[in-house]
Amino acid sequence: MIINTANLNLYYHKFQALKNVNMSIKRNLITGMIGPSGCGKSTLLRIFNRMNDLIEGVRITGSVLIDNDDIYAPVYDLILLRKRVGMVFQRPNAFPLSIFDNIAYGPRVWSISDKKTLTEIVERSLAAVDLFDDLKDDLRRPALSLSAEKQQRLCIARLLAVEPEILLMDEPCSALDPIATGKIEELMLDLKKKYTIIIVTHNMQQAARIADEVGFMLLGELVEFDTAKTVFTNPKDKRTFDYISGRFG
Amino acid sequence: MKDKIAEKLLLFIAFSAILSLSLITFFIFQQGIPLIFKAGLGNFFSLRWAPTRGGFGILSMVVGSLMVTIGALAVGIPFGLAGAIFLAEFSSSTIQKTLKPVIELLAGIPSVVFGFIGIVILVPFIREIFGGPGFSVLAASIILGIMILPTIVSISYDALLAVPKTYREGSYALGATKWQTVVMVLLPAARSGIVAGIILGMGRAIGETMAVIMIAGNALKIPGSILDSVRTLTSTIALELGYAAGDHRAALFACGSILFLIIIFLNIIATRITNRK
Repeated sequence: MIINTANLNLYYHKFQALKNVNMSIKRNLITGMIGPSGCGKSTLLRIFNRMNDLIEGVRITGSVLIDNDDIYAPVYDLILLRKRVGMVFQRPNAFPLSIFDNIAYGPRVWSISDKKTLTEIVERSLAAVDLFDDLKDDLRRPALSLSAEKQQRLCIARLLAVEPEILLMDEPCSALDPIATGKIEELMLDLKKKYTIIIVTHNMQQAARIADEVGFMLLGELVEFDTAKTVFTNPKDKRTFDYISGRFG
Repeated sequence: MKDKIAEKLLLFIAFSAILSLSLITFFIFQQGIPLIFKAGLGNFFSLRWAPTRGGFGILSMVVGSLMVTIGALAVGIPFGLAGAIFLAEFSSSTIQKTLKPVIELLAGIPSVVFGFIGIVILVPFIREIFGGPGFSVLAASIILGIMILPTIVSISYDALLAVPKTYREGSYALGATKWQTVVMVLLPAARSGIVAGIILGMGRAIGETMAVIMIAGNALKIPGSILDSVRTLTSTIALELGYAAGDHRAALFACGSILFLIIIFLNIIATRITNRK
């Protein structure tokens, strides 16, 4: 187990977006979170790196443990958490800087300024997302000149450069075409050897293709959480069955 | 039918703006440029300004204009940028809603009032603390720096706000602090807007007349230090046009032409930078 939540509730002002969520996420697996829009799956994902802290009026109760440390404890170092738990967003959000500077961004934030070390990190990170051969001669090019898929890969590389343990992916393929989606999925399967991945997706086929364990959420509630096989072939809850068989969503 | 009339009317009004601009341009150049050739470039860009006795050197005034402009930027850029960063990134929406209109109101204060405040407060202060006449490059730079603040602050603020939220999230998600995010992502992303704001502020500083006449001292020489008096191109035009005739008058129009060229040049750069993506 790497992440445990217990009786987790989240409120936006009066509105309760997460209801009593209890789940355990295992190391080096891909955990997929599915459910209709507005069910709270993205909100849950943003719990793990405390991105919800940026939103005014959010209140959280319950506990979230990563390696048995309560990440919402006042003494917990938020900046360090964000290093351990990285995030890939719905739309590629490469910075308007060069390819090199994008990937060196995280290490620089963490006070690495030695040119040689940075170059090594950049090359290693690009290689990890299969971009190095394509881009090794173009590291000074603006990152925004790349295709959407390559930008999303670059964002993943940027994340790997800070050596996280957990990768949060918030619908990382929603801005990509099916071929690019397939490539990113292959990359995720490759990355799970070294990282724990939690992916939010509105695409059930995607969850079925890559996730080891799947959580189904509805109206802020974690309805079912089990191995992908059980959730998709033999769900225990009728609401899960209705959703995966396409009755709503 | 009514539409047709409205359309024609609006077209006429739109073109009248262009027409007046071209008339002004034509008039200034037509009055000023012949003198430059009559006097010769060597005379025109010399130090000797004695327009009633054949000396048409505007060099000290060009230097004066540039010095107060650079001084104004030295004051205006750090304060303006810091203000914009504070407003956009470090303040609550209540503070933003209160402060931004107040800063923009600064642009509405007549320049003679800025000049008056300069004479009454700043000039004696500089005289007492640093010596010299007080009417100086320094005094003019500080007052002009304050006058261009609203331009720099509001354009830079808008540029910072226009940076997509996803960049901020991406940066925070990598463990960056707010300040790191500002320096490493937001400023580079907003750079073109910020530079455009600075150049527009620069145009304002170089074209400002009344406040500068009141506090710069207007001495016709290249200043040796920032505590010396200077005279700018705009001051010269405003001070001398009332009694100038003949070649003297033409020389003032020549000053105007040079000023016009400088400002058009700055505006072209500003537009180029803003349009660049």
